Amino acid sequence: MQDDIVIRVVAKVMIPAVMLFALYVQFHGDYGPGGGFQAGVIFASAFVLNAVVFGLNKGRHVWPARYNLMGICGGVLLYGFTGVAGMVLGKNFLNFNVLSSDPVAGQHLGILLVEFGVGLTVAAVMVMLFFTFAGRTAHLRLLSKSDAHERKVSASKTAKKVKK
Amino acid sequence: MAGFLVNASLIALLALIAILALRLHRLFAVVMLSGAFSLVAAAQFVVLDAVDVAFTEAAVGAGISTVLALATLSLLPAQEKPHSISLVPAFLATLTGLLLAVAVSDLPVFGDPKAPIHNHVAPEYIIGSEQAIGVPNIVTSVLASYRSFDTFGETLVVFTAVLAVLLIIGGYTRTPQKPKKAKRKTKGSQNAG
Repeated sequence: MQDDIVIRVVAKVMIPAVMLFALYVQFHGDYGPGGGFQAGVIFASAFVLNAVVFGLNKGRHVWPARYNLMGICGGVLLYGFTGVAGMVLGKNFLNFNVLSSDPVAGQHLGILLVEFGVGLTVAAVMVMLFFTFAGRTAHLRLLSKSDAHERKVSASKTAKKVKK
Repeated sequence: MAGFLVNASLIALLALIAILALRLHRLFAVVMLSGAFSLVAAAQFVVLDAVDVAFTEAAVGAGISTVLALATLSLLPAQEKPHSISLVPAFLATLTGLLLAVAVSDLPVFGDPKAPIHNHVAPEYIIGSEQAIGVPNIVTSVLASYRSFDTFGETLVVFTAVLAVLLIIGGYTRTPQKPKKAKRKTKGSQNAG
């Protein structure tokens, strides 16, 4: 697919739009349809599109693997610590009313943080799943290539021995 | 009448796609059909006013899971092995479907305000979402605030699932540069494991 200029140009135009739409879904989820989960999936799909069109290695270059685990764990921790903050401030776990002096503002802040945690985790999980699945294919292909290479080498060695 | 026509055509389309996916043996076509199924299901959810569910279905069902299935397909042969229809599962599936169809007749009418589900905690959520939380999208306020524990559990499920995937096949994520070195590396990791 990397040689098709139509797909490359369309992908280049689409990817920023998709990412912007993901951010809109993430932070506008209080007022319209959407939320952290959907936003995470859409944000990840931009990176998946990039990797599908421009190849796996370039895709990895844009989103290195070490960011994945940071995103996955960071999202869950952000969610958990938002809950713990309610406990520290003297109420129940995941009680957002106490996060701000005004309960409604506290709820807004809590929902924003929690949704961002969900979005971060889901985006990193989806990108990681895709790279793991697709990377396994590439790895298996490489392994079979190296097997063929070794067979070739060993065959040439035995041929040399026979000559000797 | 128009609503009935839309619903009927969407359901018919869903059934058609499902039957096609069952009948076809080319796996690529089956994966694309499952994506199409999710997209039609998302349209059905929009008709039912469940916009958030439709959004999720379109993004996850038609988007990411199709891509993941395609990535998996590259490891598999293109054709499914031909198999005959086994009678017992077919009988069980038909029986369950009939029982569900009978059970549907017991459900309250769609959108009935007197239905039990709309009279338990729903009124409190509808009023509270506006006054106590100030979030116009009730789905978000229920998901992130009233049912925050559930959402935390769901996030942890996603987290655990990806950890399991990584433990099973994640060791192969890095594409080695030289085939020979990679071989030694995997051997070493196997020994260490």
